[in-house]
Amino acid sequence: MDLKTDYLGLRLDSPLVPSASPLSQEIDNLKRMEDAGAGAVVLHSLFEEQIEQEARALHHYLEHGTHSYAEALTYLPEPPSFRFGPERYLEHVRRAKEAVRIPVIASLNGSTPGGWLRYARYIEEAGADALEINLYHVEADLRVTGREIESRYLDVVRQVRGSIRIPLAVKVGPYFSALGDMACALAGAGANGLVLFNRFYQPDIDLETLEVRPHVILSDSDEIRLPLRWIAILHGRVPVSLAATGGVHDHEDALKVLMAGADVAMLCSALLRRGIGHLTVVRDAMERFMTEHEYSSIAQLKGSMSQRSCANPTAFERASYMKALTGYHLTS
Amino acid sequence: MTRKHEALDGNDAAARIAYLLSEVIAIYPITPSSPMGEQADAWSAAGRPNLWGQVPTVVEMQSEGGAAGALHGALTAGSLATTFTSSQGLLLMIPNMYKIAGELTPAVIHVAARALATHALSIFGDHSDVMAVRGTGFALLASSSVQEAMDLALVAHAATLRSRVPFLHFFDGFRTSHEIQKIETLEDDDVRALIDEAQVRAHRERGLSPEHPVIRGTAQNPDVFFQAREAANPFYAACPDIVQEAMDRLAARTGRPHHLFDYAGSPDAERVVVLMGSGAGAAEEAVEELNRRGERVGVLKVRLYRPFSARHFLAALPSTVRAIAVLDRTKEPGSQGEPLYLDVVAALAEEGRRARVIGGRYGLASKEFTPGMAAAVFSELGKERPKNHFTVGIVDDVGGTSLPWDRAFTTEARGTVCAVFYGLGSDGTVGANKNTIKIISEKTGLHTQGYFVYDSKKSGSTTVSHLRFGPRPIRSTYLVESADFVACHQEPFLETLDVLSLARAGSVFLLNTPTPPGEAWARLPRETQQTIRDKGIKVFAIDAYRVAQGAGLGRLINTIMQTCFFALSRVLPPEAAIEAIKDSIRKTYGRKSEQLVAMNLAAVDAALEHLHEVPVPPAEAGAAAPRRDPVPAAAPDFVRRVLGEIIAGRGDLLPVSAFPVDGTFPSGTARWEKRNIALEVPAWDEAWCIQCNKCALVCPHTAIRVKAYPEAALEGAPETFKSLDWKGTEFAAGTKYTVQVAVEDCTGCGVCVEVCPARNKTETRLKAINMEPQAPLRGPERANLDFFLALPEADRAMVHADTVKGSQLLEPLFEYSGACAGCGETPYVKLMTQLFGDRMLVANATGCSSIYGGNLPTTPWTANREGRGPAWSNSLFEDNAEFGLGFRLSLDARRDRAALLLVRLKDRVGVDLAAALVAADQSGEAGIAAQRERVRELRLRLAGLDEPEARLLDDLAPDLVKRSVWIVGGDGWAYDIGFGGLDHVLSSGRDVNVLVLDTEVYSNTGGQASKATPRAAVAKFAAAGKASPRKDLVALALQYGNVYVARVAMGASDAQTVKAFLEAEAYAGPSLIVAYSQCIAHGINMRLGMQQQKLAVESGHWPLLRYHPEEAARGIAPLHLDSRAPKIPLKEYAYRETRYRVLAASHPEEAKRLLDLAQRDVDERWKRLQDMSQAGAASAAQGAGGPAAAEAIAARGRR
Repeated sequence: MDLKTDYLGLRLDSPLVPSASPLSQEIDNLKRMEDAGAGAVVLHSLFEEQIEQEARALHHYLEHGTHSYAEALTYLPEPPSFRFGPERYLEHVRRAKEAVRIPVIASLNGSTPGGWLRYARYIEEAGADALEINLYHVEADLRVTGREIESRYLDVVRQVRGSIRIPLAVKVGPYFSALGDMACALAGAGANGLVLFNRFYQPDIDLETLEVRPHVILSDSDEIRLPLRWIAILHGRVPVSLAATGGVHDHEDALKVLMAGADVAMLCSALLRRGIGHLTVVRDAMERFMTEHEYSSIAQLKGSMSQRSCANPTAFERASYMKALTGYHLTS
Repeated sequence: MTRKHEALDGNDAAARIAYLLSEVIAIYPITPSSPMGEQADAWSAAGRPNLWGQVPTVVEMQSEGGAAGALHGALTAGSLATTFTSSQGLLLMIPNMYKIAGELTPAVIHVAARALATHALSIFGDHSDVMAVRGTGFALLASSSVQEAMDLALVAHAATLRSRVPFLHFFDGFRTSHEIQKIETLEDDDVRALIDEAQVRAHRERGLSPEHPVIRGTAQNPDVFFQAREAANPFYAACPDIVQEAMDRLAARTGRPHHLFDYAGSPDAERVVVLMGSGAGAAEEAVEELNRRGERVGVLKVRLYRPFSARHFLAALPSTVRAIAVLDRTKEPGSQGEPLYLDVVAALAEEGRRARVIGGRYGLASKEFTPGMAAAVFSELGKERPKNHFTVGIVDDVGGTSLPWDRAFTTEARGTVCAVFYGLGSDGTVGANKNTIKIISEKTGLHTQGYFVYDSKKSGSTTVSHLRFGPRPIRSTYLVESADFVACHQEPFLETLDVLSLARAGSVFLLNTPTPPGEAWARLPRETQQTIRDKGIKVFAIDAYRVAQGAGLGRLINTIMQTCFFALSRVLPPEAAIEAIKDSIRKTYGRKSEQLVAMNLAAVDAALEHLHEVPVPPAEAGAAAPRRDPVPAAAPDFVRRVLGEIIAGRGDLLPVSAFPVDGTFPSGTARWEKRNIALEVPAWDEAWCIQCNKCALVCPHTAIRVKAYPEAALEGAPETFKSLDWKGTEFAAGTKYTVQVAVEDCTGCGVCVEVCPARNKTETRLKAINMEPQAPLRGPERANLDFFLALPEADRAMVHADTVKGSQLLEPLFEYSGACAGCGETPYVKLMTQLFGDRMLVANATGCSSIYGGNLPTTPWTANREGRGPAWSNSLFEDNAEFGLGFRLSLDARRDRAALLLVRLKDRVGVDLAAALVAADQSGEAGIAAQRERVRELRLRLAGLDEPEARLLDDLAPDLVKRSVWIVGGDGWAYDIGFGGLDHVLSSGRDVNVLVLDTEVYSNTGGQASKATPRAAVAKFAAAGKASPRKDLVALALQYGNVYVARVAMGASDAQTVKAFLEAEAYAGPSLIVAYSQCIAHGINMRLGMQQQKLAVESGHWPLLRYHPEEAARGIAPLHLDSRAPKIPLKEYAYRETRYRVLAASHPEEAKRLLDLAQRDVDERWKRLQDMSQAGAASAAQGAGGPAAAEAIAARGRR
């Protein structure tokens, strides 16, 4: 079975790609992903905040309380040099490249143009095959408009694009009034691919302590339908690669997004829950399905169910809303 | 050849040479020599080679005694070895020093000379330590400046190899060890040129080797010991010339001549002062000035004190000399004179040289020694009958020893710029000034000097920086006396300190103030305004906090104030200065954060824009407020007369008569020093309070108090005084409750707010206690606190002291200490005083707890309104367990004597009363109260009896009340230097309670690793990360079986902590409590310290437990695991702390390896504890308490 696919101009042996997660912090895991059939791997993210904050926090606490008291003018030895998170990340990219043959896609996570984006270039220099930039921002300032946010995102993409030659994927959330327009704009700004979608970790309230707590919930297959819709809409209409992420748990999810038009199906929660070996399970099941349904390659089915190609294109739009509602009956 | 110049301090200068010339370095922390060991360890960790390309092995020992032993061993086995120490540390090395010298072993010990602990501890410099080792056979070589600390360090290493006499190279603690001077540094080639490889080889060949075995260290009998001891004499005879030769060789390379005795002054001087160490600088300035005025005086500076070469001494002394004053920086009570004086007298007498010789003491514990004082000595020497055995630098109105001196006598060199900066420890002033010295040293040909005076408090401390810059070499080894530039980086200082006392006429004053320049003048205290007018001072102001805020630097004003200094002082041309600061910023912060660089660069530019001159208006009627008195008028006489003067910075002016003769001070003085250091303080919102009292429990400064009291007591309460109905059943109905904050004593750490479990239900960001600005609360809360303190205390017999809530109703007898904001130790200390304070003795090991507990001016241990409270003493660092055991032995002896007398007098005082007094059950507060009542009754009855035994029993009667002995110290004491003694005391079976305040590091000396330091953390002396696991002191104590053992962490379980303290004290044998104490040296947000304790427990790093020896005998499992199995990985706890993160940020692979091992340590220890707990349960179930438990029960009877 020919599972090959093109993503960001890279030729992958399989459309199954582990997305950015803590799993990729271990080089051994990357090797296991490769062995389990990953077509490429997206490394865990280097965060905009991490680039400055770790250094500043360390500086603060190394200096805190010093030169105050005659017996203890300092409290901690200061090493002659540091390898902060960003430097360690670059080292990780280098080691990842040495460890696996599949393409290594590094990931930067942030939302504002600025100095931190120089790490895009450093990542390229460290040998990454591509860069995924994860634009994640919750704007709590009520005076900031959607246009301003979009414009800031585009600035980031332009700035990164201008500094690297390797392919650039942009991962965004679904919350745009006109995602299609934004997708085109991102492509115009230099994105080679779109990764749909970023999952926002939503806060929760602890009723006992009355504290707001970040709450991480792994995705399930139901969530696949949001990226599915937009990939189907964008496929063939925006000149970029498409990756589906958030809800790909089994071979059916993967096949669906590929048929909708994704070039790759990215897995995260499924691997965190079931282990890296699950990649093999999904791949084998995909192959079985394709054999049983007489598909010969991924290329054959890719986009076959996109809005452009499917039998009922309106099903991806608002028109299907009424249909969905009317088909829904209370059971008790 | 162009030689390299660099700004260094004395420690750095000496350590560089020592490191270059050593293969083995044994270290142990002690102020002020610790930085030498720290640097050696850091260089070794970074792979820096010595002169022969080898990285020296640096090993931290358990004490200075251990360091000396390791040094001796390394030398005996043929290595080049060194160590660094001071004061008590040097005393601990004495036995090995005799051995090393007796065996003619080349070695150098570098000493930052410091006072020995006598009536008090002092960390400051004098020669009492080095004088105490003058009999060891070590050569003593004195450096008097930073340059000499480097030069003579090399001379010492070179001369020891050649002479085989071991050397102690010393320089004055702080004055030289911490003074920064621009010096000409020695290069490797200089060092190589002085070291004879043949002698290195000879030393190695003398080293023990099975290839050519020898026996060293025999035992000798009366027939031969004497002769054999004399056999080394030729080596000592040759030593002075060898030293001089090394000095000459160095001089040939550097152009800097040094001599065994260096004379300066008039070649035909009649009067000469002899001294050694840093005082020589001040004396030389005085000599120059006096000779300029036409006198004929000189100074003889002693370099090689032992072996004392009378020949060289006399040769250096002008033949015209008729009178000599010998100054000793030490005191030898009861002697005919101090050591240097006696040596000079003997040298002159032996040669028959006739000259009048007088001796005097100066500069003990870094007391200032100025040219004015030196001039006073010359003046005394000129008298017909000069005073002998004098003191200079103090006013001795008791013994009349002191010489008066002219405080206006100044020798500040023309062309030298002197600057003084008043800052807060936390505002970066000292760091900025050190940077300024570096910049000026690098960018100009000017000579530079910096010396820094620190506060005795660890929180909110004041620093004073004294800087000099000038075209001539700076020998002024004393504080700036006349400043061209004075900066006050904190406006509140003006309220109490006379910051312009050192300003010279026409100088510049820079003030950081939020007040606009137009209004700044009016806010200055009346006295400051007057001084400005009198001296014609130009005043400049900047709102540095605003500038810092604008640049994103928060409250870091160092760069801003530094920029203003350069702009106003014009030591460098302004543009060049600004560029130099910016360069320095890029270098300092560049390797860490580009954002920090950008923010600091922005701050530099903004500083210049916001710097304004403050117009001095024409003379006007003094509407301005005067300076505040240092202590309130209501303070006791001693506090006002003595301690208040120290607080006001006038301690130097206090005469001898002001002080107790034996170092005994009144307790309860901290309450009079209202420091007002917190910008924000907690405010109680009673509407939401659930009366849990956790805020009071965790408050490190006892600034939060709680009381339950009768409603009637509220009469006359200030308007803003808050109260609630008490929720509890132990007191009568109508009892009221108040949480009171001592806002003037609070450090603003915020720990209380973080632990408060009660949230405001309508606005959940708020709790029942919240931080609010201090200034508006100061007045009302001062009145509220006074009213609160006068409220009656709860009846101790009624209080449920075995609960957290109840324990906090007991009066704390430890308050307002000088500990760091958010200190993890002090809440335990305070709790201890609440539970047992009115009947406790405390033996306190030297360390943080002895400093925040006993450093003048004011101290936190206090008494209740009956006058009872903890009686506290600090002996030393190493002996604390033994010291505390001595308390117990003495108390028991006194109690036994009283009991004996009771038996004898039983018929006179009443048989029943006598029996009740002896057999009293004092296991609870009610029992203790009843015993106190019996004692009162006994004394009433004794009052009517006339015989001597009745008088004696009257004296001893109070000892019949149960006494609680607490042995308190940190992990450096308990795990390392004092472990042998602690182990012995625990094995004694005696009723003592040991509280180990475990910060897992030597906190007081600046964070050096102890054996309590956990694996994977960095600390000084473990700069590459601690590779070995933390010692398990608890497990070691558990093996005795009859020791009560508890490991507690208040932030994880306050109830378990309270329980452990009560059980430990109630147990009649030895008890050990090891208490997790977060520390500034961990590099954490101290506000979250209690949360960090919780994580320590949840990760299994700090499993809570109690082991009660008596319980096995009662069929109860004696080991209680009070925390659950680890539920978070160690890294979730560890990586919230900089001490772990710094390794991850510098050596990530090593950090991971060590943390994995540390996780394994945690897992294995938990399993061991579980096994022990289960085995104990099984054994207890079978009724087999074992011999240890039986012993424990027996101990109760014996007690």
